[in-house]
Amino acid sequence: MRPDVPWVTIVWNDPINLMSYVTYVFQTVFGYPRAKAEKLMLDVHYKGKAVVASGTREEMERDAQILHSYGLWATIQQDR
Amino acid sequence: MGGGFKAERDGGVSIRLDHGEVAILRSLVAQILDLVGPGSTGSDPLERALGIGAAEVTPPTDPVLARLFPAAYADEKEALEFRRYTEPSLRDGKRADAEVVLRTAVPGKIRLDAEQAKAWLRALNDVRLALGTRLDVTEEVHEQIERMSEDDERYAAFVTYDWLTYLQDSLVRALW
Repeated sequence: MRPDVPWVTIVWNDPINLMSYVTYVFQTVFGYPRAKAEKLMLDVHYKGKAVVASGTREEMERDAQILHSYGLWATIQQDR
Repeated sequence: MGGGFKAERDGGVSIRLDHGEVAILRSLVAQILDLVGPGSTGSDPLERALGIGAAEVTPPTDPVLARLFPAAYADEKEALEFRRYTEPSLRDGKRADAEVVLRTAVPGKIRLDAEQAKAWLRALNDVRLALGTRLDVTEEVHEQIERMSEDDERYAAFVTYDWLTYLQDSLVRALW
């Protein structure tokens, strides 16, 4: 992560989105390999949330909007 | 209930649904279409053209709408500003996905190309989010159903939710 772009997109756990679907969305939206997408999904599931992307605020807003279009619960914050 | 979605050689998918299954699915997707409605764009013609929502946009109070259109920031003002810029196009996307399902869901064998399959995937998720939020499902939804009496007025809705879960999971696996 670059220190000059301290914004992150976080995905939160919920009881409705399927583990398979969440993995598929991370692969599709971010182009992550299946293993990385699965690890992030497991973090969301077992830790309650996971940082799925980092970058500029504008990039994170774009990512959050796309994740919302897939029905994932995504938020943006500054990574302090 | 049939065998779920299967991958086709052309990159698309197929599924066989009977009349009853199609009727349930179409009815639920039509409800999402109603719920999502048109985007609440502002009165400013430029803002309307850009798909920016009204300045007085408020966060949804209905729990289903709050789940379909979640707040992106913990800070209320920042969340509202983000909502104003993104919610109209989010509504448009959900409408378009629902319309693909309503156009293609017919009894018998349904064949979908890769793009239509993605629209079904998101639309099935929207229906599950809406139904699951209304039913207040937990991650132990199977145990919830097992404990429930078949006379419970929510029983049919829970079984439908479970069927939609099966459909969506089979669609993800067919697309992988």
